[in-house]
Amino acid sequence: MDSPLIPEGVKRCSPKVFFLWTLPWLALLGWGGISAILCLIKGLNQTNMSNIFAFALWIVFDLAVIALGAGAFFTGFLTYIIGKKELKGIINAAVIIGFLCYTGALAMLGIDIGQPIRGWFIFWHANIHSMLVEVSFCITCYAMVLAIEFLPIILENRELGKIRGLRLFGHNLHEIMAVFAATGTFLSFFHQGSLGGMFGVMYGRPFAARGGFYIWPWTFFLFILSAIAAGPCFTILCTKLTEFLGRKKLVPDEAVQTLAKISAWLLSLYMVLKIADTLGWLNGIVPNAGLKFMDFYREGPYGAWLVAAEIIACGVLPAVILMVPRARKHEGWLIFACLLNCTGVVLNRFVFIIVTLAIPVMPFDRFWSYLPTWQEWGVGLAVVGYGFLVFSLAYRYLPVFPRETELNAAAE
Amino acid sequence: MTPFSFEWAWDVGHCIFFGLLYLALAIIGTGIAFTAVKTGLQLLGFMRERHFH
Amino acid sequence: MEEKQGHGAHRFGMVIDLDKCTGCGTCMTACAAENNVSVRSDESDKERSITWMQLYKITNGKDFPHTEVSYFPRPCMHCEEDGHGGHHPTCVSVCVATATTVDFNTGIVSQIYTRCIGCRYCQAACPYHARYFNWWDAYFPREKGLERYLSPEVSPRMRGVVEKCTFCHHRYMRAKTRAYGEGRRELEEDEYIPACAEACPAQAITFGDLNNPRHKVSKLIKSPYAFRLLERLKTKPKVYYLSKKNWIRKLADNYLPGQFKPV
Repeated sequence: MDSPLIPEGVKRCSPKVFFLWTLPWLALLGWGGISAILCLIKGLNQTNMSNIFAFALWIVFDLAVIALGAGAFFTGFLTYIIGKKELKGIINAAVIIGFLCYTGALAMLGIDIGQPIRGWFIFWHANIHSMLVEVSFCITCYAMVLAIEFLPIILENRELGKIRGLRLFGHNLHEIMAVFAATGTFLSFFHQGSLGGMFGVMYGRPFAARGGFYIWPWTFFLFILSAIAAGPCFTILCTKLTEFLGRKKLVPDEAVQTLAKISAWLLSLYMVLKIADTLGWLNGIVPNAGLKFMDFYREGPYGAWLVAAEIIACGVLPAVILMVPRARKHEGWLIFACLLNCTGVVLNRFVFIIVTLAIPVMPFDRFWSYLPTWQEWGVGLAVVGYGFLVFSLAYRYLPVFPRETELNAAAE
Repeated sequence: MTPFSFEWAWDVGHCIFFGLLYLALAIIGTGIAFTAVKTGLQLLGFMRERHFH
Repeated sequence: MEEKQGHGAHRFGMVIDLDKCTGCGTCMTACAAENNVSVRSDESDKERSITWMQLYKITNGKDFPHTEVSYFPRPCMHCEEDGHGGHHPTCVSVCVATATTVDFNTGIVSQIYTRCIGCRYCQAACPYHARYFNWWDAYFPREKGLERYLSPEVSPRMRGVVEKCTFCHHRYMRAKTRAYGEGRRELEEDEYIPACAEACPAQAITFGDLNNPRHKVSKLIKSPYAFRLLERLKTKPKVYYLSKKNWIRKLADNYLPGQFKPV
């Protein structure tokens, strides 16, 4: 029924099966829509956020999704600037994943702020000393860049490609893609870093605060590093999931292995620096504030096991697995390591946001705990639904994986 | 955001931050404009299409 | 805005004598009444209550008969620095839309409600929990007497914005206007006092200009019993506390074993 829209030479499921596939994602979007409308009409009391937990589930989701979406800019950097030709088989997917992550995050932020209609004040009345201003500007500009990178893929749709003007525009845009990739790399470097900087500059919160280099706390560099270490792994995971659900090979092994190997080195470097930073912080900022490590974990729902989970289980372990070529080439170990790596980055963001706020600074204050409401889950999971839905549409109607035909012709 | 805003000051911070921001926006805008113009010229026949891959 | 606060004409600050404080809570009530602070029909969820002046109850942790209890009123500290040497409080440097600003002439950290977008970054940055967010629309129940205390000098806040103690700077404006009308430029010590200081029945709260050597506050802060909350974070708060009791002073900051020096 929709076969004229499907790219040439590839097999896709029937429209009826596809429609059934979209139903759970539409349901998530519906749940999210209701939650968002409730929050906009009734106010943020619909959430369990409070004067203690000023940042909560949505900010965790935002930071996690932006860190995981770093695969887009980094793969673009590797493909167009460094010139790793084997990544051309995966760059389209990476760009689409990045686009979905960033636009989803922006939509969630629109609900999160207390006065969404005033959101433009961040740009118009910008306080340049605030890390969050840097984040906002760079994320917005980068979302524009991602849309520009996504556009040629959309214009390669079979029916759209028949219109000469659109086909030419897509081609011409693709020819100068290196310019956009470079700009995207620059913008991403700064916003991934500033997201870390946001927490490092909270000098009133010894748990999050860090020393640094000039105006940039160490968390600035650590967040960039963890994002570019985990982003490619997230791209690999999404690709593997698509291959599993589509029951066909989509990306050549060398592309996946290149990303996995680079990820391994970056993750290893990140773990060395993260451990060094943690030790430096434990011997500097923490005792200077009159605290010990266990003071942060003596009470409350968040225990010291989080540190071990983030650094050892979801940091050192996947780094080791990915570094060993035999493990990296084994699909099961590769996926396991990618999952751990991505979980580690999400844990890291969670710890900086939720655990920072749960810990009291004044000695007579108490530890607090937090659980999201269904409205918060609704908005957060709607981004997941949006991602699945749009990626599925892209996979069905656009040439997301340019090497698909040759990989499957060989199989037949 | 612009030198006409109330909180603007011609200091190092503002110059670097907005200098880089407007540079990035200019690069993006120029890229789009260049592509649009090139496409328009090709459609009107003033430029040849180049067929690759 | 880059000038050091010490060079400003005035530095308004507060000294709270904890040995006089009885924990009656009049300061909290006076503050809420003076500043049109909104209420909810059910205020049992304290995590979302708005209390610009917040009273904490502290205890020395010992069992009967050695238990001692004290009360700790905590307004906004109007910090001078961010803890890293920067000459703005952390909340001002992190504000996205320049909606909170420190006034060079008075040292008061104020909030521009109509500009605040409600991102709550300042709330996350403040270690004193001095900032409060409007999770609901403003609500002043009618025919229950609350409308009688509403002040025309203080703007009520809409939902989705952050608010906090302002050292009742509308009273500063009122005092200055009166002084100007009388041909004076300088204010007397007792002409500008926030509502909490005025209302305290034990007269535990003293307010004045820390830069003015004739004001009581600048003399009180020189006492060996004067201390500030979380002094080691180097935020340089302008709210000082007085107490002769070591255990109270010890609870005002975090100390590793052996770091606390009794007076």
